[in-house]
Amino acid sequence: MRVKITVDGKSYEVEQGDNLLRACLSNGLDLPYFCWHPILGSVGSCRQCAVKSYQDDDDTEGKIVMACMESSNEGCRISIDDPEAKRFRAQIIEWLMINHPHDCAVCDEGGECHLQDMTVMTGHDSRRYRFTKSTHRNQDLGPFINHEMNRCITCYRCVRYYRDYAGGKDLDAFGVHDRMYFGRQEDGTLESPFSGNLVEVCPTGVFTDKTFKQHYTRKWDLQSTPSVCVHCSLGCNTILGERYGGLRRVLNRYNADVNGYLICDRGRFGYGFVNSDQRISEAGVRIADGCTLESIDSDVAVRRFTSLIKNKESLIGIGSPRASLEANFALRQLVGKENFYSGASAQEFELVATVVDAMRNGSTQTPSLRQIESADAVLLLGEDPTASAPLLSLALRQSTRQQSILEAAKAGIPMWQDAAVRGLAQDSHGPLFIATPAATALDDIASETVRAAPDDVARLGLAVAHELDPKAPRVVKLGARLKLAKRIAAALLAAEQPLVVAGTASGSKAVIQAAAAVATALGVARAKAAAPWLFLTLPECNSMGLALLNAKPLAEIKQQPKGRGGSVIVLENNLYRRAKAEQVDALLDGKTLVVLDHVQHPTVDRARLVLPAATFAETSGTLVNNEGRAQEFHTAVMPTGAIRPSHGWLLSGLTACRPDEKHALSLEDLRAACAAEFPELASTWLSDESPTLRYAKEKVPRASFRASGRTAMHANVSVHEPTPPEDPDSALAFSMEGFRDPDAQLIPSYWAPGWNSVQALSKFQFEVGGPMRGGKPGVRLIQPCKDAPPSYPDEIPAAFAAREGEWLLLPLSRVFGGEELSSMDPAIQVRTSQAQLLLHEDDGLSLGLSEGDIVEIQSEVGSFSLPVAMRKNVCRGVAMLPLDTPGVGFLQLPLYASIRRVSG
Amino acid sequence: MGDEDSKATAMISILHSLWRVLRHTFDRRVTVQYPEERRVMAPRTRGRIVLTLDPDGGERCVGCYLCAAACPVDCIALQATEDETGRRSAEWFRINFSRCIFCGYCEEACPTYAIQLTPDIELGEYHRPNLVYEKEHLLISGPGKYPGYNYYHVAGLSIGGKDKGEAAAERPPVDVRTLLP
Ligand code: SF4
Ligand code: SF4
Ligand code: SF4
Ligand code: SF4
Ligand code: FES
Repeated sequence: MRVKITVDGKSYEVEQGDNLLRACLSNGLDLPYFCWHPILGSVGSCRQCAVKSYQDDDDTEGKIVMACMESSNEGCRISIDDPEAKRFRAQIIEWLMINHPHDCAVCDEGGECHLQDMTVMTGHDSRRYRFTKSTHRNQDLGPFINHEMNRCITCYRCVRYYRDYAGGKDLDAFGVHDRMYFGRQEDGTLESPFSGNLVEVCPTGVFTDKTFKQHYTRKWDLQSTPSVCVHCSLGCNTILGERYGGLRRVLNRYNADVNGYLICDRGRFGYGFVNSDQRISEAGVRIADGCTLESIDSDVAVRRFTSLIKNKESLIGIGSPRASLEANFALRQLVGKENFYSGASAQEFELVATVVDAMRNGSTQTPSLRQIESADAVLLLGEDPTASAPLLSLALRQSTRQQSILEAAKAGIPMWQDAAVRGLAQDSHGPLFIATPAATALDDIASETVRAAPDDVARLGLAVAHELDPKAPRVVKLGARLKLAKRIAAALLAAEQPLVVAGTASGSKAVIQAAAAVATALGVARAKAAAPWLFLTLPECNSMGLALLNAKPLAEIKQQPKGRGGSVIVLENNLYRRAKAEQVDALLDGKTLVVLDHVQHPTVDRARLVLPAATFAETSGTLVNNEGRAQEFHTAVMPTGAIRPSHGWLLSGLTACRPDEKHALSLEDLRAACAAEFPELASTWLSDESPTLRYAKEKVPRASFRASGRTAMHANVSVHEPTPPEDPDSALAFSMEGFRDPDAQLIPSYWAPGWNSVQALSKFQFEVGGPMRGGKPGVRLIQPCKDAPPSYPDEIPAAFAAREGEWLLLPLSRVFGGEELSSMDPAIQVRTSQAQLLLHEDDGLSLGLSEGDIVEIQSEVGSFSLPVAMRKNVCRGVAMLPLDTPGVGFLQLPLYASIRRVSG
Repeated sequence: MGDEDSKATAMISILHSLWRVLRHTFDRRVTVQYPEERRVMAPRTRGRIVLTLDPDGGERCVGCYLCAAACPVDCIALQATEDETGRRSAEWFRINFSRCIFCGYCEEACPTYAIQLTPDIELGEYHRPNLVYEKEHLLISGPGKYPGYNYYHVAGLSIGGKDKGEAAAERPPVDVRTLLP
């Protein structure tokens, strides 16, 4: 309900019961604060948000209250400008500054520091304190986060985020009064894969981005561009910062429907591949000896390319789940739809198809990532999202608080009363049921966990479905798990908004189908209540987009007329990660291979013609995330030298080799052609950013108006300042000129007068934490089929039985090192632990193994050796193998293998 | 006043002016025969910009980018870097004097007294690229106009030779584990 409050004599409409600080900020008022944060709520500890509150119209005295701790009620009257309140706030800052070091000039937070902003806002400008300052030693917190403890103002945001919100264990508050210390018990890497958010959550320069430090640039000098993360299927929104043609950092970009205020460390720190010296920067052609790649210039490259693709009949195009929708579509245009193949592995192809089928033909609703936080009962099947889709894990963690939040609401405690809500909840969480082969990072808050092989996970899921809807197939011989299934069914049924989560990382179609079955059965059982939620993760950033383009599976290439000749064009893809080496070799044998990519890999090493492609940071495009949300990313760094966007290469080839047909010439044309061919995708590019409107308006500047160095940056090369590059593909300009409209859809960075830090974001939202005033949350392309009759899988997988002397090898996702592009980042590499084969402790002992022993894993597809890790929390009879283990090559899992000790 | 009167006033005024001009013939000459002869410039004259060293001989510039941000013609560009001890400095530093308007804002913005304008105003060049100065052209071997100041002696950052707690008005690093009040 909306109520009217009066602030300094002016009346504002706010949400009843909201805290006054948020209400003021939502209405665009400037009120300093520290300890409050939109996702952390209020604790009232910093005393910075003091305002005068009056009892009634006759009250002239008023009293000082903390705005973040008071509810807004009809008729409530407060003053921000009251002299006493102002003095109070100035005093608080003065106290906070007593021990603050004289560091702004050497502090990475400078220029985007909330403490600087608040200090200026309160008017504290000279130091009266004449005594000594306390100092602190810093800790080495690993490759991501720099620690400079002297700058702390003890607002407690870091530990409240890291521990309470993100479930981290290794950051804490130590000491008392001016010895307060926020860090780890001892030096060491921050373990949470969400540690990077400390950079944005901490209002000072205590926690800063260590990778950014290596090529440090002030915020005002970065050219910022809205983008989408390419390191998992969730499609978190990011802001890319560019300077001198390099990608300097990645920040969160708020999307009220996807990632909100946070991103994971893989997305934040995994950008190194863009700046890598391993980049393919020149077009190359392999000369006769078959080894050496000779550099050629772009025009020659286009000519070569054209000559290779002349004959359309003998062309094969292999797309990529990590390339944009546009690039994949351009390839499809070039080779023709009958020759366009998905670049995903056979298994991935099938799993993604299963997911798309469940989403499109099922009646269950796919929630947005942000909605997941409000689910109040969750069943997680088959995988650990912390590794496969990290931010999902963080959202699930919040969902386990949902019941206690509802409970607190019943007791009259609003959600923002953080300490009270958490106090009431104590350690109660859930319900969250987890059924996976190995331990997950969410186990600590799960109501129940069960370790089972994928087939057993699927059986459990189907049993739950049967409990909910007797029409679902009955699973026999479930043993003790039948009771568990009943408990899960009861918990899901009792919830207001139940959620089922699964995904492709389990490597099991049965698990995905079982998850869909549970959600379907829930829908039946709940009848008229809101549709239950089903959230399925996918392998890569554009797995969904590729699937929507109806590419044929790789396996069908075999059916191509045999014989030599013809070309294979591979788009941003390493085929050796997608199929066995022999299969790839057989596929490429006798064909001329053209590879468009930006990083080196074995497929590039085989290519006759290599075309240097732009990374996601150097071009515009569209990615479709796991929920079917199409989101655009934009050029942050202008590609240099011969590098061109993949779709650019493909379109030049197309126009050159078929000059008499009409072809798309630009990204816009390509999108139009794509929309015409796939009506489902058409809504992606329909917005008021559409080309005609977009160019009529002024462009949105990427650079801040305070950007420096324009006449000196390139003066060593020429004293004549170069004209800024043109970006025909977006409404953004590489310039400080243009219209910085806070309602624009493409806000590249957050800044408002007096608000230089990321906290300026609230000036761009309708209300704090709500949707952006202009931001585009992406377009959902897939809608469930509301009246689809419930359908269940016909087959129930057989129960898993551990074999004698053989182990079922299963894929194990890893947050660091398990994703192709981020694995090239030096900081991510430091965080990547050595690949180990994970076994149940007793299984290991039965093999006479001890922790760290090297074992040989032998299967019908060959053998390899790895050190072994033995844990209690793994399903018996299975062995978990990290994906992308160096030296292992492609393996289609699950797979039975024998394990033998090689050495200790 | 009559017409005659105003004519007379005008006449007197003209004669007076003529007399003053004539008198200058016998004044001391102020024109300096530049470049044979040079004037002593006031120390605060805003001329060629230098980067100075702190009293201990270290580079003063910490690469904070404030001068660049303050410069109204954007003629300063630099890249900050950090040595293994944590000391920050400019990896490279460039001023395009062909754009500089010698406003002195950079000097005012500098928190370390690193960047200073000097009384050297002889920056004539036939060739514009010669007016692009890199760090090696800008660095001088002393502290310039501000002899005593060393930013790192007041900043909290620890660098080689200065540990935490050793800056001005600092207490030694706290012992987090102590139980004393
Ligand atoms: S935390 Fe902010 S106020 Fe403190 S030194 Fe850094 S920039 Fe300055
Ligand atoms: S480290 Fe940052 S977030 Fe944590 S208490 Fe200090 S100032 Fe607040
Ligand atoms: S004197 Fe003025 S114009 Fe010249 S570099 Fe300094 S700030 Fe820029
Ligand atoms: S303001 Fe001073 S310390 Fe900062 S970059 Fe410029 S010269 Fe260096
Ligand atoms: S923000 Fe209100 S007391 Fe900290």
